[in-house]
Amino acid sequence: MPRKKPNNTSKRVNQIAPSGIRRFFDLVASMEGVISLGVGEPDFPTPWHIREAAIYSMEKGNTMYTSNLGMPELRRELSAHLKKEYKLDYDPDTELLITVGVSEGVDLATRAILDPGDEVIMADPSYVSYSSCVVLAGGKAVMIPTYEKNSFELSADDIEKKITDKTKAILIGYPANPTGAVMSRDKLEKIAEVAKRHQLMIISDEIYSSLVYGVEHTCAATLPNMKDSTVLLGGFSKAYAMTGWRIGYAAGSKDIIGAMFKIHQYTIMCAPTMGQVAAIEALKSGNDSVNEMVSDYNRRRLFMVKGFNKIGLPCFEPRGAFYTFPSIKATGLSSEEFAEKLLMEEKVAVIPGSAFGECGEGYIRCCYATSLDDIEEALARMGRFVGKHRKG
Amino acid sequence: MIKEILKILENDARTTPAKIATMTGKPAAEVSKAIKKAEKDGTILKYKTIINWEKAGNEQVSALIEVRVAPQRDVGFDSLAERIYRFPEARSVYLLSGAYDLLVLVAGKTMQEVAGFVTQKLALIEGVQGTTTHFLLKRYKEDGEILAGGEETKRQPVIL
Repeated sequence: MPRKKPNNTSKRVNQIAPSGIRRFFDLVASMEGVISLGVGEPDFPTPWHIREAAIYSMEKGNTMYTSNLGMPELRRELSAHLKKEYKLDYDPDTELLITVGVSEGVDLATRAILDPGDEVIMADPSYVSYSSCVVLAGGKAVMIPTYEKNSFELSADDIEKKITDKTKAILIGYPANPTGAVMSRDKLEKIAEVAKRHQLMIISDEIYSSLVYGVEHTCAATLPNMKDSTVLLGGFSKAYAMTGWRIGYAAGSKDIIGAMFKIHQYTIMCAPTMGQVAAIEALKSGNDSVNEMVSDYNRRRLFMVKGFNKIGLPCFEPRGAFYTFPSIKATGLSSEEFAEKLLMEEKVAVIPGSAFGECGEGYIRCCYATSLDDIEEALARMGRFVGKHRKG
Repeated sequence: MIKEILKILENDARTTPAKIATMTGKPAAEVSKAIKKAEKDGTILKYKTIINWEKAGNEQVSALIEVRVAPQRDVGFDSLAERIYRFPEARSVYLLSGAYDLLVLVAGKTMQEVAGFVTQKLALIEGVQGTTTHFLLKRYKEDGEILAGGEETKRQPVIL
């Protein structure tokens, strides 16, 4: 009797549905002359002084592993940076860990915190990796719908209703991908109170913290008594246009960083050395180039938001990141239909909001980290498209 | 507000007031007014285009000329500088600290033309004590623009 064919992949991985968006991505990649608003990174290359520092360091032969935690100098600079930005004290030797982007940070944090069956509360829509990392860590993602009328902000009341004795953490990511929403301090304080009351951790992905327009970013760890129960995840990708370098960090209590470190040292060893050198230069050079990029993004943001409202795709004003999230409900098309038809008919690529959760249905994510000329042309093409497909 | 407008125009002089208004969140009339004012008071000197003339097949010879001069009572360097910058051949004129006084960028059609300007005009101006001419061999970057073409960012067309 032949043995039954073994299942080669784990139940845990099989729980994660294959991403339907892949097919759309392949379609975009196969077409020529497409204007893409579907990107998720700056259109500036890394500032030259940062690249130059990394090149010099490589020439000097600085190509070996670093400390598992990350280069001591980088951790010291980072500690000083967090002190300056947020008045937070993190010990560079025990409370900071250099990761391979925030992506690794989310993975480590969920694996370090969760036991099988534990629940993590998060917003719907939110960045695609959150719920998958929770599932891969053996946990369960509990989605809380958020709506345009509330600027896609999570509410403390909604969170509290979903708390069970299995709830272990709240995962937030503001400024948000895909909506561009920013969480106001008072709303965040209410969430922190709920977390405190129920002894929950907050995992806060703050990769877009530098990209806010006319509002202040609130770091979750700065909320009253929240420093030790917050895992603060940040990085260099968006602020310094360093996406390809893959450098992020986690900051938190000694316990939690210690636990994350255990996983990191066996799975990653250390973040790339060249990237760490570049990150040191980025931190040392101050915020001038960041501020320059932010004012540039802001101009395009205002241009795109107004453009969408004009062509009949109502768009709430996103105050952070580099995304707009206009509603396409007037067309009667689903997000995916809209994205695919728009690509085929007008050669403009956008990301269907439904890729980020059920509440993203009826919206599309459009990135304004693209030249103004391209944004203008894309808006013209989309205006034509909307005129043709308007419902009724 | 004017600085924000100037930054946008410096980057692309073709940007319309309406577009600038959208990008800055200010009323278009206000933007137009601010631009007019800047044009009038000389904050905005001129709108021009940075051209790679070599590419257009139009060969040009340029030289940077160091000029040592004797400053004059009452007017210092200004009056001598004026005698030089009034020549259309002098494309840019700067007063510098250091080993020499004025730096003059001269452009002409041929090397002879540029040399002629230096030896027959510039060097003969009263008060000019000496010149050193450096012919320009290659332009790499002009007014912040890399002539070989900037970097093309190679991004994935879609990413979540």
